[in-house]
Amino acid sequence: MKAPTLPNLLDLSWARVFAVFLKELVQMRRDRPTFAIMIMMPIMQLVLFGFAINTDPRHLPAVVEMREDGPMTRAFLASLSASTFVDIVAIARTSEEGEAMLRSGEANFLISIPEGFERRLVRGERPQILIAADASDPVAAGGALSAIERVAQQAFAPEFEGSLSYLAQGQPPYEIVVHRRYNPAGVTAFNIVPALLGVILTMTMVMITSIALTRETERGTMENLLATPVRPLEVMIGKTTPYVGVGAIQVAIVLIVATLLFKIPFTGSFLAFLIAVTLFILANLMLGYLISTVARTQMQAMQMTFFIFLPSILLSGFMFPFAAMPVWARAIGEALPITHFLRIVREVVLKEAGLADIASDLWPLALILLVLGTLALMRFRRTLD
Amino acid sequence: MSETVIDVRGLTKSFGGRKVVDAFDLKVPRGAIYGFLGPNGSGKTTTIRMVCGLLKPESGEGEVLGFNVLSESLKIKERVGYMTQKFSLYEDLSIRENLEFIARLYGLDRRNERVDQALEDLGLAERQAQLAGKLSGGWKQRLALAACMIHEPELLLLDEPTAGVDPKARRDFWDAIRRYSAQGVTTLVSTHYMDEAVQCDSIAYIAYGKKLLDAPTAAIPQQIGLYGWRIAGRPLLESQQMLEASDGVDLVARFGAEIHACGKDATALERAVRAVKQAQPHVEIAPIEAGFEEIFIYLMSGALDNFQ
Ligand SMILES: Nc1ncnc2c1ncn2[C@@H]1O[C@H](COP(=O)(O)OP(=O)(O)OP(=O)(O)O)[C@@H](O)[C@H]1O
Ligand SMILES: [Mg+2]
Repeated sequence: MKAPTLPNLLDLSWARVFAVFLKELVQMRRDRPTFAIMIMMPIMQLVLFGFAINTDPRHLPAVVEMREDGPMTRAFLASLSASTFVDIVAIARTSEEGEAMLRSGEANFLISIPEGFERRLVRGERPQILIAADASDPVAAGGALSAIERVAQQAFAPEFEGSLSYLAQGQPPYEIVVHRRYNPAGVTAFNIVPALLGVILTMTMVMITSIALTRETERGTMENLLATPVRPLEVMIGKTTPYVGVGAIQVAIVLIVATLLFKIPFTGSFLAFLIAVTLFILANLMLGYLISTVARTQMQAMQMTFFIFLPSILLSGFMFPFAAMPVWARAIGEALPITHFLRIVREVVLKEAGLADIASDLWPLALILLVLGTLALMRFRRTLD
Repeated sequence: MSETVIDVRGLTKSFGGRKVVDAFDLKVPRGAIYGFLGPNGSGKTTTIRMVCGLLKPESGEGEVLGFNVLSESLKIKERVGYMTQKFSLYEDLSIRENLEFIARLYGLDRRNERVDQALEDLGLAERQAQLAGKLSGGWKQRLALAACMIHEPELLLLDEPTAGVDPKARRDFWDAIRRYSAQGVTTLVSTHYMDEAVQCDSIAYIAYGKKLLDAPTAAIPQQIGLYGWRIAGRPLLESQQMLEASDGVDLVARFGAEIHACGKDATALERAVRAVKQAQPHVEIAPIEAGFEEIFIYLMSGALDNFQ
């Protein structure tokens, strides 16, 4: 057999594409459990995240490290204990003790008041109150942090009277320094829900197409398919198109939930969003399809999907801020469709972006799609070898 | 169009360094029904797959329906009906959906009509909405056969098409093959059934990847030159065991209350049979002409393999 050349790869009959498409559609409809998962997944994920977002952070455990013991700090501590936002679970004697509790999750906050706090406060040196927050649950952490600031204000206000009234003027005479641990970006709800769309689409689209060909091989139907005059491109288009529809349903679900449940405003151009999300879905389908041309078994295909899924979460800017990553990680991130989609979707949904604003991420998405598609087409085995 | 439908030369294929098909030649004229015989694992399926372009031979060349097997496999696929040994239609599609899918892929006109006709011929018209996976083994075979014929191919490559099919359906199937043959359709069919082998015009026999025999069916007994003796009377089992242990006896087959012993060396065979008579004086012995039945049992038993 001759090596596949491009013109012969692009050979196409829409009737055969339609044949494959129709067959795939019927099979998808019959595979109820998988279909249900694809529809339920976005709802489930959103609801799970939704609980995290909707819960007012209350009674988060905090550990306090007191290096100072004066009237003002005691008043602050008393107000903190009285507040419903944090529960003081321990007073640490050393900073190691406090750090350990933070790490183990026994406490979500470590509040340190340094030695000489009150003395420096009175002198107007703006001493620091250090708060280390476990921001791995960014929403909860964010809410509680602002609460702590308010508590501090209320606690100190009565102290700054009489001879100390000069401290009540202007900015607070102390400084609250926050170290967010474990999630320095401090992603907010508005950031998460649009980004979640990218994660959901990556997960389902790649997973479902990654078994497109391997399933045929494992069931033995590949032999019959290859014995017909169907062309690689026809198989590719026919097999992936039904899942564009599934992707569209998922997008609709996320959009509806995002606006109704989370009241996320859609500020930018909807057309730009549609173009971007279509490109993104196609790129993911090609990625999955490429996997299915490489994997020999469905099991392998699943493993490869997870192999893609991890960097998609870790290196795309979903979990950690993209700019803060090392160069190599950013390079991997740039090659992932989700990285570009996340930028686009945040800009379009939250920052009023239009088509022109997202062009810089649109063309890489198109390029990735083209490269993946071409690779998949060339990898397609026309024989059983 | 050439009158030789399959003309392949020196087809060779290895899996994991082992030659599974070794320098295989085959010429099949138009309209012929060519039987393809050989023990399990001898390379029949592999050969058929190479002929229809599903496996790439590592060496060898040839034409199928006038098209190059190496470079024109798409043209070949359009004109060939290949029935796989293992059921390879979609179990989660209905009977009708499977046929329609195939019909669409071949770009057939009058699609509904053809599918209706195929369902009618199959006798599955009432069950057309049933999932193919729910069919019994024999019915699956019959559906697969219908599917590979729906585009009216010029060449049928059938890999054990009647395995597990009941005798009546097998008879119908062979009637159909002969009808197609009369219309000029060529058939290469692999089988393990003796009664099917004798219905073929010619037979190619393969063992351990090597073709050991290729001749018109009628010429085969003479070509093999098998001699036979009939042994009847009690005790049959002891006689059979004795014969099986003797030199010069290539085949011992039970036919009801008698044993047929066959061998290629007439004198050695006679000596062995007479030794049995000596040991078991009550049995009767007589020379017979080794017929198709003996020949094919002989072939099917893999006795022809001179390697092993
Ligand atoms: N894809 C493959 N990979 C490795 N070995 C293979 C492959 N296909 C076939 N074989 C080996 O090649 C040999 C010939 O197999 P083939 O299926 O052609 O035999 P066959 O004559 O069709 O046997 P049967 O009568 O059992 O159908 C067998 O030993 C088989 O194990
Ligand atoms: Mg076989």
